[in-house]
Amino acid sequence: MNSNNYHTILIEDERVDGADKVTGKAKYTAEHSLPDMAYAVFVTSSIAKGTIKNFDTTKALAMPGVLDIIYYANCPAVPGYISNAAERPKNVFEWRGYKVLYDNKVRFFGQPIALVVADTFENANAAIRFVKAEYEVEKFETNFDKARLDPANLKAPVNYKRGTEKKFKEAAAFVEAEYNIPIEVHNAMELFATIAHWEGEDKITLYDKTQGPKSTQSTVAKTFGLPDKNVRVIAENVGGGFGSGLRSWQHVAAACIAAKKLNRPIKLVLTRPQMFTLVGYRPQSWQKIGIGADAAGNFIGISHEAISNTSRYEDFREGIVEASKFLYASENVDTKYQLLPLDLSTPIWMRGPGEATGCFALESAIDELSYKLKMDPIQLRIKNFTSVNPENKLPFSDINIKDCYAYGMEKIGWKNRSAIPGTVKENGWLIGYGMSVGVFGAGKGVASVRIVLSNDGKLLLECAVSDMGPGTTTSMTKIAAEAMQMPIQKIKFKLGDSDLPPGPSQGGSGTTSTVGSAVDLACKTVQQKLKELAIQYAPPFAKTSADALEVKNEMVVLKTDAAIKIDLMALFKLANQEKIDLTITSNGKNAEQLKYTSNSFSSHFVKLAVNQKDGTIKVLNVVTTGDAGKIISPKTARSQMLGGVVGGIGMALTEKIDIDHASGQIINASFGAYHVPLHSQIPPTDVWFVNKPDIHMNEIGAKGIGEIALIGFAAAVANAVYNATGKRVRDLPITPEKLGYKTAKA
Amino acid sequence: MKTCSKQDGRRGFLKKSASIAAFYFTPASLVKTFAIDAVVPLPIAKEKLAITINGKLMNLEIDARTTLLNLLREDLAYTGTKKGCEMGQCGACTIHINGKRTKSCMQLALSNQNNKITTIEGLSDGVNLHPMQAAFLKNDAFQCGYCTSGQIMSAVACVREGNAKTRKSIQTYMDTNICRCGAYQNIVDAIEEVATSGAKI
Repeated sequence: MNSNNYHTILIEDERVDGADKVTGKAKYTAEHSLPDMAYAVFVTSSIAKGTIKNFDTTKALAMPGVLDIIYYANCPAVPGYISNAAERPKNVFEWRGYKVLYDNKVRFFGQPIALVVADTFENANAAIRFVKAEYEVEKFETNFDKARLDPANLKAPVNYKRGTEKKFKEAAAFVEAEYNIPIEVHNAMELFATIAHWEGEDKITLYDKTQGPKSTQSTVAKTFGLPDKNVRVIAENVGGGFGSGLRSWQHVAAACIAAKKLNRPIKLVLTRPQMFTLVGYRPQSWQKIGIGADAAGNFIGISHEAISNTSRYEDFREGIVEASKFLYASENVDTKYQLLPLDLSTPIWMRGPGEATGCFALESAIDELSYKLKMDPIQLRIKNFTSVNPENKLPFSDINIKDCYAYGMEKIGWKNRSAIPGTVKENGWLIGYGMSVGVFGAGKGVASVRIVLSNDGKLLLECAVSDMGPGTTTSMTKIAAEAMQMPIQKIKFKLGDSDLPPGPSQGGSGTTSTVGSAVDLACKTVQQKLKELAIQYAPPFAKTSADALEVKNEMVVLKTDAAIKIDLMALFKLANQEKIDLTITSNGKNAEQLKYTSNSFSSHFVKLAVNQKDGTIKVLNVVTTGDAGKIISPKTARSQMLGGVVGGIGMALTEKIDIDHASGQIINASFGAYHVPLHSQIPPTDVWFVNKPDIHMNEIGAKGIGEIALIGFAAAVANAVYNATGKRVRDLPITPEKLGYKTAKA
Repeated sequence: MKTCSKQDGRRGFLKKSASIAAFYFTPASLVKTFAIDAVVPLPIAKEKLAITINGKLMNLEIDARTTLLNLLREDLAYTGTKKGCEMGQCGACTIHINGKRTKSCMQLALSNQNNKITTIEGLSDGVNLHPMQAAFLKNDAFQCGYCTSGQIMSAVACVREGNAKTRKSIQTYMDTNICRCGAYQNIVDAIEEVATSGAKI
């Protein structure tokens, strides 16, 4: 395959599902309605840890419209709640983090302790206040900064080492420092919701906000002891996820239980405060990074330690120390990663996941080292560039990060940056320039696609994958349009339903590569069938071979003589066939592709201003660049990168969960108190892609961009803040207090 | 019983059980408030509401506690208006009340007696997209689409208010609406395009 097979985008570049979204027609989970549906709301714990001693539902049950209150004492038997494996049916598993309403223990503040079900939302909501719980409180710990200092609190480390440990500390230039990132919360705009409807004793349909209809299907099936096919999960439109929808949370189980107990459909929608406690978060982390380099700037070694929190009842770990192992050439690397269990709910991957955490530290440290070496930070990165992954020794399938540097430097005005911090001023503000790199693994997994080409000329493709916003429906349609060489308007890509052929969860920047490869393969298989039909049924092609034919513009054409052709509808007629209907499975990387290691890369450039009087930080300009193979859908890809910048500004400057460690409660669980970036905080942003097919990666040459859009961004901001002020802030978010300014009194 | 007027027959569905209808006619004056522990649960009053939604007059009997947002979404199936926080902080539920942009989660439905409501479903003429909708589509001013209805309703108001004269002003007057996917730049592009196009909105 060469890149010439891929010409630029076919026709319109608008989202294929865009019109539904701008008119309000697109239906999200909670917007479905079923006959006789009842409403459920959680009652949540007001302590962080302990035992419920007394539970009184009398008054709440007497409230108008209340149908039931489900809690540990009356919760029906759920096969997946059986802890003893010997007693559990074979097709059932127990997942502690998914169990809800099953015992009288409280494991974190805000944990669901009861589910009130009523005929209307208003009646359900009114009743929750009348449920009374008396607790026996136990000692708990939610303070990460304190708890991490006692090694006894930490789980066994995962270590990695190559070369000689710590040798590089004696290098010509050496930096070592600690970095802290608080808990951040995904807070997608759509509230998590589940509508559960048992259509029979052993058959259930769910409308569920999930990034993986197949994964939710499997979780529910294994919890309730059902075959997968008896569980249908529909997630046609997903209002953002950012990772929080990559597993099923307790509300899904609760809705299923209530629907079973009451024998009617149940709608359960979380509240915004519950979005902070019940659907995961980016774990709090502490990191220590050391880098040593010789006088010329060559890295001699990197050491990277990390601790991140998990819950008391589940282990959640992510790739915090991964990039340090392979992003730059360094003979000596040692990493150490430990979990710290706290009395909080379980974290989950949040956009960029661990790599965003790790790259904040790594990319800040490299910047710091560049000042020690008196070297331009971009030159320092180029000096340590490697085209072979030093961890697994495989060549990168493609890496064009230097092109990103060149574009970013030019567009941000890097030449105006001073190597001496605090020396550039505009209008009385200190001006700083910063840059960073992001990296994330580019995978290709297994996916199946049903493809139906009908004799009316329409092409239908189906896969169970969901689209939480990146524009999967659009990019899959475009891939099909290119592969089939037919107009996009005649193609429909259907997703978001577990009844469709299996596809992956939408996460880890893998959807386009995985599902896109399956779409491409499905189209090519259909083309092969069309060629065979032409040879069999269309006389002009009788003596040709499939290799001599091509399918384009809705025709089968002889490659050597375009005048010999037959349009597809005529061909279907000749063959007396209504349609071609196939289900195709595309596998993971093949042997050839496995000779390489694949990643997407990004480089972010920031120009910002710091107010000398009060430390206000204003991001003035951003250039963000992506090296992610062929860009399938430039418009939606650009939007994803813009979104990564917004998320990155939140991570760098505004987002932080505050916990009252006396009660264990998150005290800023609202948009009013947890500050996500708003319109006026967003600078003009220039997005650029290398846009070169990665021919060793997969058949379509495309890699993911969801994560690299955010990974590293916070470091570009921190590096620019240092360039502006000479103050190195290693604790996110970067606020005026951390620059030494006093907080203004309200 | 919740009812919709015949004038809006296409949305005239009922879903509440008849068994609780008896409670609904208890006069509001009999519903007293006490400290929570002292409250004896009482039937909830149903109140009459005359409201015009997207040009259609509806005579409803509704639960007095229902917010305008929940009336739209849960009772009348106008699900284009989104629920994002129920605290007036995110703007996903923005609609127009008598032409003014308002967060519908912050309004009791009953406080909208005789008011004229426009939701995202009522913005276009039903045939062509409203210029703001078309501009959002063209500029890819959304990703997941969940904040979009609110952004568009705010954007239309922002232009009508005369607050869309500069990018900075657009940003300031659109800070009412959060987009977690981060489509802000494209949203401002869309609004600026509409504002400078001279299109009648």
